Amino acid sequence: MYVIVAGGGKVGANVARSLLRLRAEVTLIEQRRDRFERLADEFEHQVQRGDATELFVLERAGIARPPDIVLALTGDDEDNMVICQLAKEKYAVPKVIARVNDPRNQAHFDLLGISPTICATSSIMALVEHEVPEHDLIHLLELRKENLEIVEVQIDRDSPVAGMRVEGLRLPEGARLISVMRNGQAEIAVGSTMLEAGDQVLAILEPGKEDELRRVLLNR
Amino acid sequence: MTDRATLRPLMKALVIGCGRVGATIARNLLEEGWDVVVVDENEDALSRLGESWRGAFVVGHGMDTDLLREAGIEEADAVVVSTDGDNTNIVIGQVAQKRFDIQCVVVRVLDPARAAFYAGRGMRTVCPTSTAIDALMETVRTCDIPRVEVV
Repeated sequence: MYVIVAGGGKVGANVARSLLRLRAEVTLIEQRRDRFERLADEFEHQVQRGDATELFVLERAGIARPPDIVLALTGDDEDNMVICQLAKEKYAVPKVIARVNDPRNQAHFDLLGISPTICATSSIMALVEHEVPEHDLIHLLELRKENLEIVEVQIDRDSPVAGMRVEGLRLPEGARLISVMRNGQAEIAVGSTMLEAGDQVLAILEPGKEDELRRVLLNR
Repeated sequence: MTDRATLRPLMKALVIGCGRVGATIARNLLEEGWDVVVVDENEDALSRLGESWRGAFVVGHGMDTDLLREAGIEEADAVVVSTDGDNTNIVIGQVAQKRFDIQCVVVRVLDPARAAFYAGRGMRTVCPTSTAIDALMETVRTCDIPRVEVV
């Protein structure tokens, strides 16, 4: 497997190191001289200096072969987007993965069809949300490509659906219940499953239907 | 078809990035009768527009979609993207084209290779580097150099 890693900061260098341990062939690209020199001690010929948004730098790194994967892991979102577009559209790289530094730029990555992306801030926030009890609807997983997401909802005593069967719910279109967790036991939600206060329900839905789902399950 | 000029006498341009290039374009467009909004993340850039600037000026980053809306991108007839970052310009240009469906988006890209690649994908890129190279080459070629006699 051949991988080009653009960006030799903490993320890029650690990913490159891990890939080498997996016996992948790796070229790491770093623009800054001080960083490059430090990396060169460790990575030797496997690190190259240059701006990975420049075509000749990418070509020197062997992007025309093309590599199996290009990882755009620089600290600059615009650079990462351009690296991915060049890799995919000019050099037909089969897989690109981009780092999102500023979660507000996620929409731009999506608009340009760059996927998958990984954003440390968003991941941390998703975990925090899971810990905050006030959040009545917790995002567990985003299936960006499928345009679906999985959320967890806690059914409480005031919920209008406590004591109702799943088949009797008027769920919004594009939303389904997956499972019900009760007393530490999970079971698949089927039509005859009865909901009770205290249940943790997993649901799959199209992004944007959260409010409708919240209204049906919690009347909020 | 309705003559849009009668409905909207003013054509609106958004100029993102108010450096030497952006500021001059903004002033020229305003002079030509356009309604101009300039966006720059640095408030000091306003001084480049001159004291007599009668157009709008919004402080913020062109990558910020809410700010672009606030600057009126949805009603813009043309968007000129001329910040000092090629990749920033390339991304903002695509946001203007794809998210806001602006037909006339002009993007400054200093790197000739990236300018050519994105031009091939339907973006109106302008590459000052290529323009300078062409002009310099032409000037060198047409210089009147006295021939040295080879004995």
